[in-house]
Amino acid sequence: MTQPFELVVNGVSVRVDADPDTPLLHVLRDDLDLKGARFGCGVGLCGACFVQLDGRVAASCDVPMWSAAGRAVVTVEGLAPGDGLHPVQQALIDEQAAQCGYCISGIAVSAAALLDRDPAPSEQAVIEALDRNLCRCGVQRRIVRAVLRAGSPETAR
Amino acid sequence: MTAEREAVRVPRLPGDLEANPILARWVTVLPDGTIGVRAGKVELGQGILTALSQIAADELGARVDQVTMLPAHTSRGPDEGLTAGSMSVSQSGPAVRAACAQVRARFVAEAARRWEVGAGRIAVSEGRISCGDRVTSYGELAEAVDLEVPADPGGPLTHGGRPVHVGTSSPRLDLPDKIAGLPRFIHDLRLPGQLFGRVLRPPSPGATLRDVDATRLAGMKAELVRDGSFVGVVGPREADVARAVETLRAATTWEERDTLPDEDDLRGFLRSAPAETIETETIGQETIGQEPPPGRTLRATYSRPFLAHASMAPSCGVARWNDDGTLSVWSHSQGVHRLRDAIALALRLDADRVEVEHAQGAGCYGHNAADDAAFDAVLLARATPGRPVHVQWSRADELAWSPFGSAMSADVGAVVDESGAVRSWRYDVWSQGHTSRPGYLGVPGLLAAAHLERPLRYPAPADPALHAGAGTLRNAVPIYDFPHRRVTGHRLLETPIRSSAIRSLGAFMNVFAIESFMDELALAAGADPVEYRLAHLRDTRARAVLEAAAAAAGWGAPADEGTGRGAGLARYKERGAYCAVVADVEAEREIRVRRLTVAVDVGMVVNPDGVRNQIEGGATQAASWTLKERVRFDRRRITSVDWESYPILRFSEAPEISVEIVEAPGLPSAGAGEAAQGPTAAAIANAVAAAVGARVRDLPITPDAVVAAIESADL
Repeated sequence: MTQPFELVVNGVSVRVDADPDTPLLHVLRDDLDLKGARFGCGVGLCGACFVQLDGRVAASCDVPMWSAAGRAVVTVEGLAPGDGLHPVQQALIDEQAAQCGYCISGIAVSAAALLDRDPAPSEQAVIEALDRNLCRCGVQRRIVRAVLRAGSPETAR
Repeated sequence: MTAEREAVRVPRLPGDLEANPILARWVTVLPDGTIGVRAGKVELGQGILTALSQIAADELGARVDQVTMLPAHTSRGPDEGLTAGSMSVSQSGPAVRAACAQVRARFVAEAARRWEVGAGRIAVSEGRISCGDRVTSYGELAEAVDLEVPADPGGPLTHGGRPVHVGTSSPRLDLPDKIAGLPRFIHDLRLPGQLFGRVLRPPSPGATLRDVDATRLAGMKAELVRDGSFVGVVGPREADVARAVETLRAATTWEERDTLPDEDDLRGFLRSAPAETIETETIGQETIGQEPPPGRTLRATYSRPFLAHASMAPSCGVARWNDDGTLSVWSHSQGVHRLRDAIALALRLDADRVEVEHAQGAGCYGHNAADDAAFDAVLLARATPGRPVHVQWSRADELAWSPFGSAMSADVGAVVDESGAVRSWRYDVWSQGHTSRPGYLGVPGLLAAAHLERPLRYPAPADPALHAGAGTLRNAVPIYDFPHRRVTGHRLLETPIRSSAIRSLGAFMNVFAIESFMDELALAAGADPVEYRLAHLRDTRARAVLEAAAAAAGWGAPADEGTGRGAGLARYKERGAYCAVVADVEAEREIRVRRLTVAVDVGMVVNPDGVRNQIEGGATQAASWTLKERVRFDRRRITSVDWESYPILRFSEAPEISVEIVEAPGLPSAGAGEAAQGPTAAAIANAVAAAVGARVRDLPITPDAVVAAIESADL
């Protein structure tokens, strides 16, 4: 049985009708037309659907609407204000740090959350922050380089 | 003399252009100046459309951003077969080059006609067509230049100018949008009136559907579709449909049978089933087992398990039955024309009534479930004429029902002389076939077709012919100069597990086995493994990559306690890219690949960073296969159905990689996507053996396997 839910997505208050057990991912993709969070496994084990939920990285495929209600969601589309790119997205482009790009929006979400709490992270900190994100094309090392670049003092200035 | 002059005067068109000669299939120019280039090869995450856009831009005299790469399409674009086998740059590159060169010539001719000047006086740069101060453009001339004409076999194959874009690391065209999170995947496709579908796959390969309690779906906003053992749901909302298919799972009764082999005895399974024998060219008189033995004989057996594609996105397909009786399909297939023909064959339609357009999916590493998902959409959409149905597979189905790369096992033997040099080589490899792609052996080869009321079963997978690169025997012939050798493949004729092409086919296993055994022979000879290889190797390009990788890795320096270093080498398909890998591993409590040092020769390089990215990715994925991956099953069901039961390499496990491109600018381009897999597996295996003093011959090289190897070496 559907019911109304209110939440804040990328800074905008939205109201959607959904079954309470509907995963947040479906609402983002099908009701709010935000396709950046992607379906990969449905049980929170791959990171393709990662979003920030009240500032913490969460698997939107595994967050039911009853739990998302009233919270602030940031998707990959909302990492940077306006239509621009977040520094970590620009660094991913600069390093050509993707092949198929399916996993990359979830990785950008994880990396941006890391940079929020640790603006110049160590390589080990980057690796740990991304260890819940899978990449099958084998681009991990380029991605680590890109996140370090985004976190370097020159970019931060 | 005459015949020679004739041969010079009539250059042959590149094969793919000769087969698809109409220029408009390749290039369309609109009055607004848009230059669309549509190849038959598809973007799989490997960057092929970027590489082809560089070639097209150079030939057209345009910037890369003035060229729009369009998706492969069965009616609008050329048929270039499959995007597979690292052949796209070598097949599509020359065709795109020649088509664009001829299009440019036609536009230049039109400008020359208008300006009444010789074509030779006209320059084309950044899309501007000019002669002195007179300037026009592709867009302005578009309506006057007819491209619905065949390519001229006597026309140019290239403009011949100095390349501006080819040879540079042109950034990937598609990455900014994907990194921004924009809808660029088939999963994101939303067509007017679109419905969502889900298929309930059988619980096991041998299962048949006995009963469905359709009443359980009452009130669920999803319609049931059933044909034999094929069953699914269609509805307007994805969340409802996802819920309905889980309800359906509990509402079905299946009859199951044990059909699978013993996962702990794949070696026995592969050797006991009926098989076709495939021989390669035998050199000299292979003497192993002959009396009297002419030297010392060494033998070893290697194996790999079944491997899953494990792409980040479960497969997806979209289909719509149109009111005029035609069928439109969107798929991330590797071959839209093959898929069209297979759908037509399965449903007894005229292929002209079916059109398939490529839509991008996640990374594709071979024949995955893309075609199967498209056919699922076709079957579900039959219930909703005029409305497109979008079918999304689950992770569990992706891991259990995509075709696997076959398990393989190989026996290697060598007779060595007093110095330890190889005098005779014998290699036997057992495997299921490596292709069951749509249309193979004259059957549709689509998963759901085998589950219908009137099933279209799939026979045992085949192998590409030896001259087409082989499957079981891909890279089974060693690169070394042995005086005598015999190489034999044994392809199973009964296959309880569906297998097909996964990146590099048999080459991953064969190079792992050959290159592991070369290290065993070097050890027995008391020789350095790199020196031992070089002593058997005349091919200068192979020597160059091996020496380059060894030098870059600091080969010869003493290894730290608990670490090891190993090398691997191959030329992909025996005629593609050369690749050598040196692995540095730590083997203490766990097996950790610290660094892979790669040297590669791909002939002429179209995009250096693209080559590096493909080599890095191929090597990293191969490290994952080598260390972690194994499809699991019991006698009835596939049991590796999520990322916990089928783990792949994580960020914390990914090795550092350096790639050196050994330049060979005058030589034809070879693909880079499959060059590194076999050498990487061998380098890691050899490094682990060097670190612990015992060898794992059965992949994956897990900590448990290393402990078992050490224990058996101590006996």
